[in-house]
Amino acid sequence: MNARSWALRHAQTLVGSLGRMVQAPLATLMTMAVIAIALALPLLLGIFLLNFKSATAHWNQALDISVYMDKRAGAARVQAVAQQLRSRADVLAVRVITADEALAQFRSVSGFGNALDALRDNPLPDTLVVTPALLAAGPHDAQALETAIAALADVQTVQVDTQWVTRLQGIMAIVGRVVWLIGALLGVGIVLGVGNTIRLDILNRRTEIEVMKLVGATDGFARRPFLYSGVWYGLGGGLLALALCTAAVGLLSGPVERLAGLYDSAFRLRGLGLTGGVAVLALAMMLGWLGSWLAATRHIRAIAPT
Amino acid sequence: MIRFDQVFKRYANGREALAGVSFSIEDGEMAFLTGHSGAGKSSILKLIALIERPTRGQVFIANQNTAAITARGVPNFRRQLGVVFQDHKLLQDRPVAENVALPLIIAGVPRREIDKRVRAALDQVGLLTKEKSLPLELSTGEQQRVGIARAVVGRPRLLIADEPTGNLDPELALDIMQLFKRFNDVGATVVIATHDLHLIDRFGARRIPFREGKVAA
Repeated sequence: MNARSWALRHAQTLVGSLGRMVQAPLATLMTMAVIAIALALPLLLGIFLLNFKSATAHWNQALDISVYMDKRAGAARVQAVAQQLRSRADVLAVRVITADEALAQFRSVSGFGNALDALRDNPLPDTLVVTPALLAAGPHDAQALETAIAALADVQTVQVDTQWVTRLQGIMAIVGRVVWLIGALLGVGIVLGVGNTIRLDILNRRTEIEVMKLVGATDGFARRPFLYSGVWYGLGGGLLALALCTAAVGLLSGPVERLAGLYDSAFRLRGLGLTGGVAVLALAMMLGWLGSWLAATRHIRAIAPT
Repeated sequence: MIRFDQVFKRYANGREALAGVSFSIEDGEMAFLTGHSGAGKSSILKLIALIERPTRGQVFIANQNTAAITARGVPNFRRQLGVVFQDHKLLQDRPVAENVALPLIIAGVPRREIDKRVRAALDQVGLLTKEKSLPLELSTGEQQRVGIARAVVGRPRLLIADEPTGNLDPELALDIMQLFKRFNDVGATVVIATHDLHLIDRFGARRIPFREGKVAA
């Protein structure tokens, strides 16, 4: 058989299997809907997780490191340390709050004005507020930076609250795992679902398969249309799943933007994008193919003409 | 072309269909397997088409011991063989031409060649005008002729038929038999299982009578 007639034969089988599915539109649509829902659920969770991650990515500002200078260090020395820190790659900005400024601010917000007047000296130290660069946003990088700063001369205390970020990231990691787990389980569900549909299809066409085998068809030949059906189911289910995700993102993007606006954020909900969409379709077709392959290989081998 | 050597066949239900059958059919010969139903005729054909395997003994087709043909080799073996069934075994949802084309499609013959050979086969059985009909739109005799066209479209050297005239009135049955004779005339080995002795009286072909799973003397 030459390559062209081989390709033609495959194309005919491909179209033929689609035609067969169109003849039973309701059953076909049901199978595709099952695939779509099984795909859409982990996809939506994944989309929201990714969005949450990107929304919280700029929260590294909350990781500002407070550096309290030794009270014996002079103003020049404080500026020098600030300058030294600014030159580091993992530092985005350094703000100097002198002891006087700090006292003035404390006086205005605390309401202890008179009590503070009773103090002979300003008890507050000069402070440097260090904003780590993005690359140092993780808790581990932040800790390394913290250690480095603490080692500098004239630095009294370094304070950074990484605990809640660590916790948040821990939770996110667990949620991410859960999404993968759900996705994997539902993926197995898709394979089994398509397999069952194909199995019923094979039982319905048992006589036809018998006849084909009688006139010399290999199991592979008899199996081929079913494999294409599986791929079609996957493609249809994948497209439906993408439609569901797009609709869900569309429905939620308005409220999310309003909420982001309340936090002075320009954050916008992002969907899967083109690459993501193509990947979802490829995955869906692969799962459909796998399900039909498992079912067809087993059940077609079992059919023997009598 | 065909040689059975002390062949026994016992089915899973315990029934012994063949009890030591030996015979041979030469290349280019036409032979009728006769006998009552249950005498073993159908089992012989099933062993030839590798639908069943012998319990004991050996079956040679075209000088090849069929025991050496593995499950993987069966499809290719069947492509060298034309089989006609009593119940036609046509695909009801496909037109006549596609039914006849099936063995060629399976064998991977190019489309243009398929069209040519399908028309030739339909012409030989006199159904060229019905190529677009569905099997159910045809009479039983016509359906049987579609089955024959499908069996011969691959130009097999060996053509086997199980009660091909079983459901036909005598006139149609004679038509069908003459059709088989014509394929034999052009060189094919033809083996037909039938219980219709009156019909085969009109042909000078060899008879192999079966009784209770053995070749009757």
